[in-house]
Amino acid sequence: MRCFIGIDLGSTTTKAVVLDESCQTLGRGITNSRSNYDTAAAVSKQEALINARFTLLRRELSGLPGIEETLESDLASLERAFRQVQFLDQLDDLEATCRHGATHARFLTQKDGIEAALSEVFRRLRDEAGRMFVPRAQKKSDFFRDLAGSRFISLAEGVSKELKVNFEVLTNLYDKAIIEVENRPPSGAIDKKFLAALETIRAKGAKSFDSPEVAARVRQALSLPLEEVYVVGTGYGRVRLPFPKEHIRSEILCHGLGAHLMYEGTRTVLDIGGQDTKAIQVDGDGIVENFQMNDRCAAGCGRYLGYIADEMQLGLHEIGPLAMKSTRNLRINSTCTVFAGAELRDRLALGDKREDVLAGLHRAIILRAMSIISRSGGIRDQFTFTGGVAKNEAAVRELRKLVKENYGEVTININPDSIYTGALGAAAFAQRAANA
Amino acid sequence: MNTRQTLVERCSALFEDLSFGASRAWKDAQPGRKVVAYMPVYVPRELIHAAGMLPLGILGAGESLEVIHGDAYYQSYICRIPRSTLELGITGRLDFVEGFLFPSICDVIRNLSGIWKLQFPDVYVRYFDVPQNYVDGIGGSYYRRELEELKEGLEHLAGRLITPEALRASITLYNENRRLIAGLYALRTERPWQVPSSELYLVVRAGMVLPVEDHNQLLKDYHAAAVEEELPIRDKSRIVLSGVFCEQPPLSLIKAIEMAGCYIVDDDFMLITRWLLQDVPLDGDPLQNLVDAFLHHSAETSAKYQPEAKLKGQYLVDAVKGTKAEGVIFAAPSFCDPALLERPMLQTKLDATLVPHIGFKYAENSGQMQPVREQAGTFADSIKLWSNP
Amino acid sequence: MTAADIVKEPSMLKQKEMIAHNYDLLTSAEARGQKVASTFVPGNLNELIRCFGLLNNLPEINAIQNGMRQLSGDYILEAEKRGHSEDVCTYVKADLGMMAKGNLAPNGKPLPKPDVLLLSYTGCFTFMKWFELVREQYQCPTIMLQVPYQGDGQITQNMRDYIVKQLKEEVIPTLEKVSGVKFDIDRLREHLAASAKAEDDLVWVLETGKLKPSPIDAYFGGVYYIGPIFTAFRGTQDAIDYYRLLRQEIEARIAAGLGPITPEGTMAKQKYRLVVEGPPNWTSFRELWKMFYDEGAVVVASTYTKVGGTYDLGFRHDPNHPLESLADYCLGCYTNRNLPQRVDLLQKYLTEYEADGLLINSIKSCNSFSAGQLMMMRTLERRTGKPGAFIETDLVDPRYFSAANVKNRLESYFQMIDQKRKVAATTGVHA
Repeated sequence: MRCFIGIDLGSTTTKAVVLDESCQTLGRGITNSRSNYDTAAAVSKQEALINARFTLLRRELSGLPGIEETLESDLASLERAFRQVQFLDQLDDLEATCRHGATHARFLTQKDGIEAALSEVFRRLRDEAGRMFVPRAQKKSDFFRDLAGSRFISLAEGVSKELKVNFEVLTNLYDKAIIEVENRPPSGAIDKKFLAALETIRAKGAKSFDSPEVAARVRQALSLPLEEVYVVGTGYGRVRLPFPKEHIRSEILCHGLGAHLMYEGTRTVLDIGGQDTKAIQVDGDGIVENFQMNDRCAAGCGRYLGYIADEMQLGLHEIGPLAMKSTRNLRINSTCTVFAGAELRDRLALGDKREDVLAGLHRAIILRAMSIISRSGGIRDQFTFTGGVAKNEAAVRELRKLVKENYGEVTININPDSIYTGALGAAAFAQRAANA
Repeated sequence: MNTRQTLVERCSALFEDLSFGASRAWKDAQPGRKVVAYMPVYVPRELIHAAGMLPLGILGAGESLEVIHGDAYYQSYICRIPRSTLELGITGRLDFVEGFLFPSICDVIRNLSGIWKLQFPDVYVRYFDVPQNYVDGIGGSYYRRELEELKEGLEHLAGRLITPEALRASITLYNENRRLIAGLYALRTERPWQVPSSELYLVVRAGMVLPVEDHNQLLKDYHAAAVEEELPIRDKSRIVLSGVFCEQPPLSLIKAIEMAGCYIVDDDFMLITRWLLQDVPLDGDPLQNLVDAFLHHSAETSAKYQPEAKLKGQYLVDAVKGTKAEGVIFAAPSFCDPALLERPMLQTKLDATLVPHIGFKYAENSGQMQPVREQAGTFADSIKLWSNP
Repeated sequence: MTAADIVKEPSMLKQKEMIAHNYDLLTSAEARGQKVASTFVPGNLNELIRCFGLLNNLPEINAIQNGMRQLSGDYILEAEKRGHSEDVCTYVKADLGMMAKGNLAPNGKPLPKPDVLLLSYTGCFTFMKWFELVREQYQCPTIMLQVPYQGDGQITQNMRDYIVKQLKEEVIPTLEKVSGVKFDIDRLREHLAASAKAEDDLVWVLETGKLKPSPIDAYFGGVYYIGPIFTAFRGTQDAIDYYRLLRQEIEARIAAGLGPITPEGTMAKQKYRLVVEGPPNWTSFRELWKMFYDEGAVVVASTYTKVGGTYDLGFRHDPNHPLESLADYCLGCYTNRNLPQRVDLLQKYLTEYEADGLLINSIKSCNSFSAGQLMMMRTLERRTGKPGAFIETDLVDPRYFSAANVKNRLESYFQMIDQKRKVAATTGVHA
């Protein structure tokens, strides 16, 4: 099957989208960008291709008689089982890497203790793994580093006490090993992992895949070769991609086209990412007519909220909901990331409530975005909001208010998958380039 | 009852009203009235007044206006006053203004005149260039002709001629206005506890939006009330505030300086009200009298060239001496070319006469006053330690 | 690339010699007993200064030299250490920092103390403060020549009279006093006639940007082309010779169908024709240029090449009206024009030079240029339908050049032009 792939190398995450010949999305993948863009690109692409397999499976199996009832839940089980196989695979890699690290001369005297402790920590991690992949498990992230990391540290703490091994040594070994592991795309053949996952869920009683006809279709979906016809890279790290120049598009173009593909009526796009804010005007075909980015001063970008969250010792995902509890309009004037911290402390010291200060900060960054939109030519119907900040409900609330105040009634599109907008546009460019 | 409190409350309301209700009310009171806005640092308001129009001082939009469209036209390294002024324009808050004068103070305000021409083609927009040459036959002749051109422009806008009689009458009113403000400044210098600077600021600021006749009455009332009500004397250091002649700091900054232990005994707020240092004579050609006053009896600030090297910065030293100040606080708007380029020269001059000084920057919407309180407080304390060893 | 790889044409070598010679004259002036005037590029009265046998030292040019030689960063820090704000013009700070650190010319010898500061207050508020600051150091005679701003987009007789009066009653008498040389108006006429000759050739060169392919780059190349006329050489035989040589070289390039010369040789493909507004960045001049020629972007017209005179609008120094023509020269400099005039000029360039779009290099230091550029861009986009792009750098502050940031914007801009073209070529069809 001919596939067209777009990869968006952002400053914090790298996203990939796989399209088929008819520009339908087959799969999406995301990973953290790390320091190594090559790996980030490879991992996100692999994730998108895995995701594409599920789409193909769903296409093959949906509508088949007899399994209508069970298919969706079984597909979900399959995905979880697959993730678990993948996770265990990477855990093996992590353990091996940690053990290799432990062979260093400076650990010679404590070698046995360290090895015993590592064995125990990883044994417990594997035991726990099943629980991580049960339905509706609460996870803060899907990235291996986040899944394995927090548990490793907490388990290692207990084990180090029990076995009288230096806790610092274990965390040092982990810190070194995790960087190596996450900079290595998961090894092993993907189809084998699928089959292993399939076996697991069948053993647990999944019925959808039992009949010979279904089994044949499953095999077909899993073995269908996915041919990477054309890959287009975009995003902040695009110049670092190992791609020839004609395979690179600016994120402005990709965001414009991506937003158009998500919402055909889009005329104005606002993207607030970690490092920059973009306002893009597109025509009826998603072609960019004008754009503006935040000026050299990066005030009011997504990073601003991250900084504020750090200042308040909150998680990034916590500040939006907290700001929603605000009952009072409080004006925060500084969108300068550095000064905002000082202003925030000043306000809190004066007795202002955290939620009110936070709401003011959200408004401040949206005001900044409104200026950039105004600079690009204002808002035309429909208006599509993308980027990490589009997931923040407090930011969205302020945006809706300000759009209405300044531009009247406008359709505002916010796609839950808006983080893939750039990659989607890039994939569409790949499809066009291949068929040009 | 015109108590200090009611007067200050009235001024405060005028200060906070970004729709300029008082000026609109003046305009609406009679059909055909027109309003001419101006920016810092100096324009001859007498000419606008003599044409029957209201001069309206625009000093940005303070700390409360959210600037969206104004920001769209300015890079991050440009001060805030042009952004908020443009925001006032784009949001219709200045839709009752028929003319706008942009004085020669810096390149940002100069270029704002061009922006205004492009954005508001129906408004009479004039860049008001003043001479940097103070010789009668050179800069004076040039300025005379500039004033004539301005006069013609204003006459055209007003639809009536500015007669010498009308101009004399206006000069009389503005002479009075300058005397009244000078009187308040003198009172503050003498008894700073009696005239808190945050109040004086608001009372003078009211003159930006009120007709001069009303403002004169207000100044008289406030002076009377200020003398009437005794306020407690505090042990504070006397300082001159320098650099605040264009973009205005938030009122909270003035209060923060006062609360930190400083009496502001002189400042360069709204220099237009104290630009001409003597009464403009009423006899003879009034236009020429305005020219002469500008050339020979006008205030000094960064926007003016000082031809004599040894006199550069002397004005600040004189202000310190004249008000018996113990130090200088330089407060400049971020990115303010005139204030920030001038400051090192002023500091050199102060150092030579052993006047202590500190400096910081602000924006009209600065939200954090803690650093100001700390710096001004430390400065006030150090002045006391220094003067009472 | 090494210095040896950089292609040099005879005109470039000629200019290099001229500049080196001028610095040698300046650094030996005290020993030789020659007097020196310092003045600014816009509104510089080189012809008049030369009438008094004075050498002309231009602080902006020193700052540019220091920027290109990677010295300005240290100088700026030095000035900031001495109390200058990080917010203000870096030409000023580079100049003051250079003075504080020995005031060395590119030839390694100290520049002389000026005998007079000629403050040509033309189109830039900072000039006034700059020379007040410099005067503090040198305590030398200072002449203020105020050039009124074209606030209403025209030169009035009052403005012209004012300048002529200042020239007659203040500038000339002070220069006579400083130099000990009596003013000779016929000598001024000769210099002005020489200026006009070189100006003719400069205009011819700049207007070749209208050709396709353009034989010149009117911004990165253009800053070299304006060098002699904008600085210490206007009115000299050297300048006449330089422009004759340059013109011949460009005639040859046109005949051969060649594009502009870049540091890496002749530019081959010309994919994008741009008009540029704003001064260049000097600390990363080559790097920025490369971002253009690597993408096939050629600048066909620029406004920076008009800061020292708008000769392409018809102005010539005129020996028959010597002082009046100096007045008109000063009044007409690009940054002395109001925003609507600047918009009109850019519109003319976009149209007459058949450009794809407008690129603004917005300079942090220079409010005279920068304040209002976003309004200009929007107005021009509306009037011409051609897209604008906006990058931000500084003159000589290396802290303010972010290559990744600038490149990102430029690439996005070029790709947008590409995409628009494809749409235009296949109207109504998906690109």
